[in-house]
Amino acid sequence: MSDTKKDFGTPLLDDLEKGDWPSFVKEIKQPAVRNPMAKDLLGLLETSYREKVGHWKHGGIVGVLGYGGGVIGRYSDIPEKYPNVAHFHTLRVNHPSGWFYTSEVLRKICDLWDKHGSGITNMHGSTGDIILLGTITDELEPTFSELTKNGFDLGGSGSAVRTPSCCVGKARCEWACYDTMALTHHITQRFQDDLHRPAFPYKFKFKMAGCPNDCVASIARADMSIIGIWRDDIRINQDAVGEYADKGMDINSDVINNCPTKCMEWDGKTLNIDNSNCNKCMHCINVMPKALRPGTDTGACILLGSKAPIVEGAQLSSVMVPFMKIKPPYDELYDLADRIIDVWAENGKNRERVGEFMQRVGMGNFLEEIGLDPIPEMVSQPRDNPYIFFEDYYEEDDEEEEEE
Amino acid sequence: MADVAPQRITDIGPPHYEQFLPPVIKNNYGKWLYHEIPKPGVLLHVAESGDKLYSVRAATPRLMSVDSIRLFADLADKYCDGHLRWTSRNNVEFLLTDESKVDPLINELKENNFPVGGIGNSISNIVHTQGWIHCHSAAIDASGIVKSVMDRLIGHFKNRDLPGKIRIALACCLNMCGAVHCSDIAILGVHRRPPRIMHDTVNKICEIPTLVASCPTAAIRPATVDGHPSVEVIEDLCMFCANCYTVCPSLPLNDPLNDGVSIWVGGKVSNARTEPKFSKLAVPFIPNDPPRWTEVVDTVEKIVDTWRADAKKYERVGDWIERIGWPRFFQKTGFEFTKYHIDDFKHAGLSFKRSTHLKY
Repeated sequence: MSDTKKDFGTPLLDDLEKGDWPSFVKEIKQPAVRNPMAKDLLGLLETSYREKVGHWKHGGIVGVLGYGGGVIGRYSDIPEKYPNVAHFHTLRVNHPSGWFYTSEVLRKICDLWDKHGSGITNMHGSTGDIILLGTITDELEPTFSELTKNGFDLGGSGSAVRTPSCCVGKARCEWACYDTMALTHHITQRFQDDLHRPAFPYKFKFKMAGCPNDCVASIARADMSIIGIWRDDIRINQDAVGEYADKGMDINSDVINNCPTKCMEWDGKTLNIDNSNCNKCMHCINVMPKALRPGTDTGACILLGSKAPIVEGAQLSSVMVPFMKIKPPYDELYDLADRIIDVWAENGKNRERVGEFMQRVGMGNFLEEIGLDPIPEMVSQPRDNPYIFFEDYYEEDDEEEEEE
Repeated sequence: MADVAPQRITDIGPPHYEQFLPPVIKNNYGKWLYHEIPKPGVLLHVAESGDKLYSVRAATPRLMSVDSIRLFADLADKYCDGHLRWTSRNNVEFLLTDESKVDPLINELKENNFPVGGIGNSISNIVHTQGWIHCHSAAIDASGIVKSVMDRLIGHFKNRDLPGKIRIALACCLNMCGAVHCSDIAILGVHRRPPRIMHDTVNKICEIPTLVASCPTAAIRPATVDGHPSVEVIEDLCMFCANCYTVCPSLPLNDPLNDGVSIWVGGKVSNARTEPKFSKLAVPFIPNDPPRWTEVVDTVEKIVDTWRADAKKYERVGDWIERIGWPRFFQKTGFEFTKYHIDDFKHAGLSFKRSTHLKY
């Protein structure tokens, strides 16, 4: 099939073609028969496997005219050995919300990438973009041109708004508490300038989840996590509950006893939920999807600040707004997002994520700046250290003036 | 008439998803009633209208050639009018309305070595990033380890034979581009040696203040070395996070002798039943061992098997450990508990056991 073995041999990589899990080596070998970039990538990767170290240099600023991001520059540090991956830059292509495609549009992307690049992609990168993995500097503008002609644009990189992404939401999921895909598309369009032209202290990510199950890991990965939720009663189909019991489900063990707030009762005939004590964890709904559904007074919980460990430690997003209605034109959401971004962009240090910024300036101060009142929903407990930065104190003269 | 130069198109954003949705989704958008999992790798969604949507999920290696994408396009044409999507964990889903086509599609996917599964109480795909295929800061490879682990654990992808969901993710370095900090099992590349400083280029290609500020433990100080403005690293303060390298190419940390894999457990992202949690250290270091990283695979399998044998229904790995306690976790898995397992960064004291709730 490929003549890579004849040229330099890839015995370590060849081993990873065996086994039942789909093989990335097989994927690289497919374009390698016709594409010298893919072929050299195999050789470089085999070298890395032999030497147990990567062979890519640090960064390199490349891009397309007028944008400050969307292209990740990459240069190999052994270009004399593998000249066809001497430059091997990546284009991030903003995906359609929910990662829905047609065969027709996929073929268009494949054709243009075969022509302009390595023929290798990632479907998809962790943020959500389609990754066109590997091309030379001179091909960046032509690739971008063909992408835009076909209705696609680059995604975000660097200190910018990154490509927003979401779960499948109302397209398919009966639990979606708001239209995640519509909001994601709308946010992406609204923030185009901030997405393509990095001007922030650091990256800023929006991720939209339809319900607390959070299939897009919004609470762990987004600066602004928009997680669908309801605030009224869980809808119960009692007949369907009975059917689960008839089919052998131990409702007490699987559902009632697993409820974290112990707000449910099952007497063998009727399921009761004390909704005022339900914390919307989704467990009972997950277990009995035919019998239980979220309520109808739906919206989203807005949380802020998640990030990976570097620099000050990993964070999960924390509650800013327990409940917000999410309906176009999304004015309330954008108003909040703009206030947050304005304060952070103005005052954040270089490479300081919003989550770290909040820790540095103090949550109380941050809330004042963005115009949100402190509420107990924002904390899992009040402080337990007494180092309170009281802001006002009397001076002796004040007292004398009062007495007069 | 002079030719007008074509207008350069920019800032158009992604194509609107609506043009890619199959009719059954357009017709029932926001009006789905319930779902079932009729067989491994197949979701059946039923709408309020009674319409049915079958989603057939198959694993991909995330790195996909245009050849394979074209194959998926052909399969989509053959079985579901060209409609398909990808999931947030790199699996592909074909969107069918004709039930009679489900099994033939599954068979054709299998014939092409794309296993069907990953839904419900199973191992879904392993979220990962570039590794040695493309990244300058990778301490380990990504795709090779993912392939090796999933070759061993593929049974749990194809079948639903686990107590609960389990999510495995891999990051090649502490930048964690795959956000492994909240996974049931996380595979994380680590360095163990301070950066080698290229003093003659630090001042030429890096900003020294940015470099100094980048260190979480303030281990980097400005210094004059051989007459060059440069930096020094207080090695005792360095924990090899490589953030300095991220901001300055003159401080590389990649080191084939000392780089390797750490394994973390017990994290979760979802709010279902219990709150989200971070992953915690299980095994601090396993050397890189391409192409199959056998010890890494054995370790991950050990965790899955131990959890599977002992956890109650619906218990994620973290929930299970919380119930049995960490001492029991180390006992049952046989992993060694070392000084490295005890936190020593800010707020380290929050994780010490400050009670007598012990099991004997």
